Amino acid sequence: MMKEPAITPGVIASHGITPGEYERIKGILGREPNFTELGIFSVMWSEHCSYKNTRLQLKKFPTTGPGVLVKAGEENAGVIDIGDGWAVAFKMESHNHPSAVEPFQGAATGVGGIIRDIFTMGARPVFSLNSLRFGPIQGGGAAEKTNRRLFAGVVSGIAHYGNCIGIPTIGGEIYFDESYNGNPLVNVFCLGVLKHEQIARGAAKGVGNPVFYVGAETGRDGLAGAAFASRDLTEESKEDRPAVQVGDPFREKLLLEACLELLATDAVAGIQDMGAAGLTCSTCETASRGGTGVEIDLAKVPKRETGMTPYEIMLSESQERMLIIVKKGHEQTVRDIFEKWDLPYAEVGVVKDDGMMRVLDHGHTVSEIPASKLANDAPVYSRETKPRPAPEPLDAASLPVVDNHKALLQLLSHPGIASKNWVYRQYDHTVRAGTCVPPGSDAAVFLIREANKIVAATTDCNALYCSLEPREGARIAVAEAARNLTCAGARPIAVTDNLNFGNPHNPENFWQLVECVEGLAEACRAFNTPVTGGNVSLYNQSPAGAIDPTPTVGMVGLIEDEHHITRSHFVKAGDTIILVGELGSELGASHFLKVVHGKKAGHVPKLDFTKELTVQEAVRSLVKSRLVKSAHDCSEGGLAVALAESCMSGGDLRGAEINFGSTGLRLDQLLFNESQSRIIISVAATNASAVLSLLEWRGVPARSLGVVGGEALVIRADGAELNWTLAELHKAWYFSIADAMSAN
Amino acid sequence: MKAAIIRFPGSNCDQDCFYALNDVFHVETYYVWHKETSLEGFGLIVLPGGFSYGDYLRCGAIARYSPVMQSVVREAEKGTHVMGICNGFQILCEAHLLPGALVRNRSLHFVCKHVNVRVENCRTAFTNTALTGQSLNIPIAHGEGNYVADAETLRELNRGGRILLRYVDNDGAVSDPANPNGSAENIAGICNARGNVFGMMPHPERASDARLGSEDGKFIFESVLVSAGFIKAEK
Repeated sequence: MMKEPAITPGVIASHGITPGEYERIKGILGREPNFTELGIFSVMWSEHCSYKNTRLQLKKFPTTGPGVLVKAGEENAGVIDIGDGWAVAFKMESHNHPSAVEPFQGAATGVGGIIRDIFTMGARPVFSLNSLRFGPIQGGGAAEKTNRRLFAGVVSGIAHYGNCIGIPTIGGEIYFDESYNGNPLVNVFCLGVLKHEQIARGAAKGVGNPVFYVGAETGRDGLAGAAFASRDLTEESKEDRPAVQVGDPFREKLLLEACLELLATDAVAGIQDMGAAGLTCSTCETASRGGTGVEIDLAKVPKRETGMTPYEIMLSESQERMLIIVKKGHEQTVRDIFEKWDLPYAEVGVVKDDGMMRVLDHGHTVSEIPASKLANDAPVYSRETKPRPAPEPLDAASLPVVDNHKALLQLLSHPGIASKNWVYRQYDHTVRAGTCVPPGSDAAVFLIREANKIVAATTDCNALYCSLEPREGARIAVAEAARNLTCAGARPIAVTDNLNFGNPHNPENFWQLVECVEGLAEACRAFNTPVTGGNVSLYNQSPAGAIDPTPTVGMVGLIEDEHHITRSHFVKAGDTIILVGELGSELGASHFLKVVHGKKAGHVPKLDFTKELTVQEAVRSLVKSRLVKSAHDCSEGGLAVALAESCMSGGDLRGAEINFGSTGLRLDQLLFNESQSRIIISVAATNASAVLSLLEWRGVPARSLGVVGGEALVIRADGAELNWTLAELHKAWYFSIADAMSAN
Repeated sequence: MKAAIIRFPGSNCDQDCFYALNDVFHVETYYVWHKETSLEGFGLIVLPGGFSYGDYLRCGAIARYSPVMQSVVREAEKGTHVMGICNGFQILCEAHLLPGALVRNRSLHFVCKHVNVRVENCRTAFTNTALTGQSLNIPIAHGEGNYVADAETLRELNRGGRILLRYVDNDGAVSDPANPNGSAENIAGICNARGNVFGMMPHPERASDARLGSEDGKFIFESVLVSAGFIKAEK
């Protein structure tokens, strides 16, 4: 047997283990760890696996509710009841660091990982979303060129994996900002469906039960990827390319079908995917959850390469692998199914009663660690916080007057606001024959045929808001997600989140994290949407500094009746356009300021939960009465952008004639302010007065803005008139990303 | 009467086709695993879309060597109706049940969107419930849907009325902008000389439910189910 390196202070430090943590490891083992054990601790106690810096914060989230069947942190993904004995499992996860150094494989394996998390729960994955962030892509500089390469690579990686495995990618969001230069964010979301009684558990139950390894062979790829993801990105990070895994969606498709086929039998006592920290994490977590021990022999593990050391096998993050605890006597069922699907499998170990994760190599013990201590006793840190100075209030009157006609075109062609058709054309968004509302509307809507249920889903986070006022920004992220679902005709039911922040050792970064977590928690309570799980990604910084704090919210809602499905685009000339909510006036932190004036400044718009809930409930009630023909949330770019989007997002272009009357506001302030709690709806002209009076009766501010129709968007206010032809709006909005990407 | 949906490893539209046949048209439908060697007794054989064998060598190139393909060829020779959608179309070309080949899209990108395809000949087993010249709105989703064939083959296809579907614009006209992948003559679907084997790139199973935005795919299924004797024509 190969001799392992000796444990020196240098070796310990290179594993990212502090002297204090090393003492803790010795305390748990009652001796010095060997090299393999040190490696095992280093990945299990990385931030990615242990949440050691954020665990105390995550406890602030509301995680319970009447529909919660599997809570956050209990299993690989949370599970929520959707009625009639059916449930959905969903979760969001990041693959930021791998995508920064190898965008195609980084993003592809991110998709593969989140899909495994879902089918591990016994659910059939039915759709995916993603939330992506990059540095600017327009321009001829080296940074923009790199950003375009990363963006193109990530999109084709997601397309490659999702399209091949046959799970539609039906929505999400994409932002571009300088803070993501060199550190893109790739957050992927997947949702699956299952019956209540099909919920599978990642626990090693039943002493004496055999432990099976199924799926792809273990190779040297992705070595200690979880530890890599728990460090800052530096100039040298490209040296870490071996820490990026390589994905094979075809293998995963087979694995998915084989596992679901197996889970439909009575053979499985527990199942866990091998994601971050691979074989290490799956063995110690299943043992820990089962209150048992697990013993495996690495000699039996299917391998892709020869000469792999125990250290390498335990820390490999090769993709498309699962650990299955099989009920004794049912081994043949496993063999039959995996042979049918031509997938490698091996009986590698057994469930023990001693609470140990024992790793053998040809019968010799190479590591022996108390499983539950390894899985649960990582140190927990409360990091120092230091508030960032509050932003200066913005004096809107002092802003130089700009050409508002040009400003709207500038906003529409900003890649963050522009149509994302260049992206979603590359994603198969119609496979599984359930996509009712494809990408491009406020929320994606999907008919889950198995359950005969219609769900809506969205991801949201305005990180510009979070960078200026993290708590307010996080509250708005939740409110906007709920608003998007409301606009689709859905009632929000639950949340998954992906917390993307910089290095937690920087007190300002950690303050942002705490503020964002508390803001999310407050808002999730207000909207009665428990957090069912998610992911934390820290150390998102390049040499230029930390990213803007980005607590991405993934929210799922239910649509009761197919007739409630609502889209963002105007549908018929002559319909009346109504603003539900106030005209607003807050220009602080707006995209208008950022894109047109080049400023990230001012206070974030104020969010009042009561007002927001009133507006959303009113719109949902109108939708249920089948009075609403289109509904669109008013967010980045304000009323003008929202109106333009409603003219264009349906494919067929429809103009609108808007008259705000006398507002007393400066025109740019009226058009582009981002005050919260506003939804633009269109209704049949004959119903307009009834709708307005219903809204008034409910105490919701609302006004008629104008009428759908014509070949232009015409806006009149305070004696001024602006006029954009549909053709010029469409050109700016629809082709902007494709144009940027065709540059070199 | 039974319909078969062939499942290759990597097929991913098998369940969608199953729902279209079984749930929409109430046809007794079975999955047939690619390792099976007999397709006796099936009145319709569907090769669904997906990435059979990961499409790793070339789309459909490995699938044609699956054990079940010998039976597909045998059944096609007997006159059984065989229909390949997307990856299924690619496999039928690789197996030489249909002429030509499907290569990488002109844009080099995967393309997913709703397109209009015009029925070029309604006097066939796969289009008889539609009308010649009728446009159908059906989604495509493929990276390799660019139909190529030599000039002689194209002439034969045209002469024989074997080009069943062409990509057209909103006004029903064949045009270059309406061609989503660069296919020769905007070809979206063709059949063999005998008229019992058909391949198309668009996905009719994704356009068989009004809630998904289009039911035009039902014309294709209904036509073949009428021709194969599963259901009676309503016209």
